[in-house]
Order: sequence, then structure tokens, then C-alpha cells
Amino acid sequence: MAEQKRLAIIATKGTLDFAYPPLILATTAAALDYEVTIFWTFYGLQVLKKERNLKISPLGNPAMPMPVPMPVFVQMLPGMESMATIMMKQKMAGKGVASIDDLLAMAIESDVKMIACQMTVDLFDFKHEELIDGLEYAGAARFFEVAQKADITLFI
Amino acid sequence: MADQTLDAKGLNCPLPILRAKKALKDMAPGQILAIEATDPGSAKDFESFCTQTGNKLVKASEDGKVFYYEIEKV
Repeated sequence: MAEQKRLAIIATKGTLDFAYPPLILATTAAALDYEVTIFWTFYGLQVLKKERNLKISPLGNPAMPMPVPMPVFVQMLPGMESMATIMMKQKMAGKGVASIDDLLAMAIESDVKMIACQMTVDLFDFKHEELIDGLEYAGAARFFEVAQKADITLFI
Repeated sequence: MADQTLDAKGLNCPLPILRAKKALKDMAPGQILAIEATDPGSAKDFESFCTQTGNKLVKASEDGKVFYYEIEKV
């Protein structure tokens, strides 16, 4: 068998929709026998919170398909973000799309390595106990150690 | 005759692939995994999965609603 391929991902976003690409690609690559490392930084760390509450907002996202056209001043009303999040989760469940909780569990189960950016942890006053177990805490130099050995590197 | 079956109907990308990988893990080389899926993207994905993992896609068909695959474990 050929040498094991490696994938390195930088995950920078913490909204419900953008939590998907790194986790879908990581779990799929793991299924294709890649060694996978995700470096979570900035808002990406929200995905690693034990009590995660990821949301999606139609505000500032004109590409988001809406059941009915909605003017921007309505999108900014209180509760609209929660409503959009609930509707998106229902839609995803209805279409057989995995939840973020499930994808994260599958990533961990398939030995995807997770590195959390320690600078971001300090910046946002996060505590290691707030984040899921099994994370490595490191910085940019550590990422390059991973990326220089990777066949594919993605910034998401 | 399949040695094991996987019902991936109703599941969307990447779940059919992930479930198939998990099922294959516990099977012996040469055994056949039969998969049913409804995700139209799964047709190309199972092809690519097999190309990259070395497993053999011995059957791929559809009846308009359900996609059927048989993968022989390498």
C-alpha cells in the first residue's frame, strides 16, 4: 500500500454553516485513510466548545436561501438569528445531513488530530475545561510542522 | 450474495461513505458489502472512495430511486 496521505486544515469560522466544511472534509479524508489534522483558530474554536451553540444568521449573508424574501431590516430583528438556526437545523435533519455533534464525534473516532490555537484561547479568555478533551494546544509554528508534511492543506 | 449490508437510504454526504468505511473495517478481505443509498452524489463518491482506498466496486446500479452498490473489501 502506498504511503499514507496527509491532510491539514485550518478552520477559522464558528457559525453553524461554516462548521461543516472542515468536519465533512476531515471525516471523509479519514475514511479515505488520510492522516488528518485540523488547526482550529479564532472563531473556529467555538466548534470545539463542550457547550457549543452554533448559529447561522441571514444577516450579511445574501446568498442564504430564505423560504420567503426578507428585507434586511427584518433580518436584524431580535430572535431572527435563533429562528434561522432552528429552521436550518430542521432542514438539515430532514435531508439526512449529519449534525455538527455527530460529525465531530466521528472525526474524533477516526483519529482526526485537533490542535487548538492557544493564542485564540487567551484572546477570548476561553478555558481549556470549556473545550472538548483530547485537544493539543499550540501555535502557528506547530501548524507549519504539520502542513509541511501534508499532501493537501486547506484554509477554511 | 453479500456478506454484509448497509442501509444508507436517506443519508446525505458524507454519511454514506463514512458508514461504508466503518462497515468495511470489521469485514475480512474478499467479503462483499452491499449498500443501498438515496444520495445521488453517492454514485461518484463510491467510485472515488474505491479508487482511493483500493477496495473494488463490483456493482453499481440504480432503479430511479435507490442506488445499489457492492464493494469487495481489499
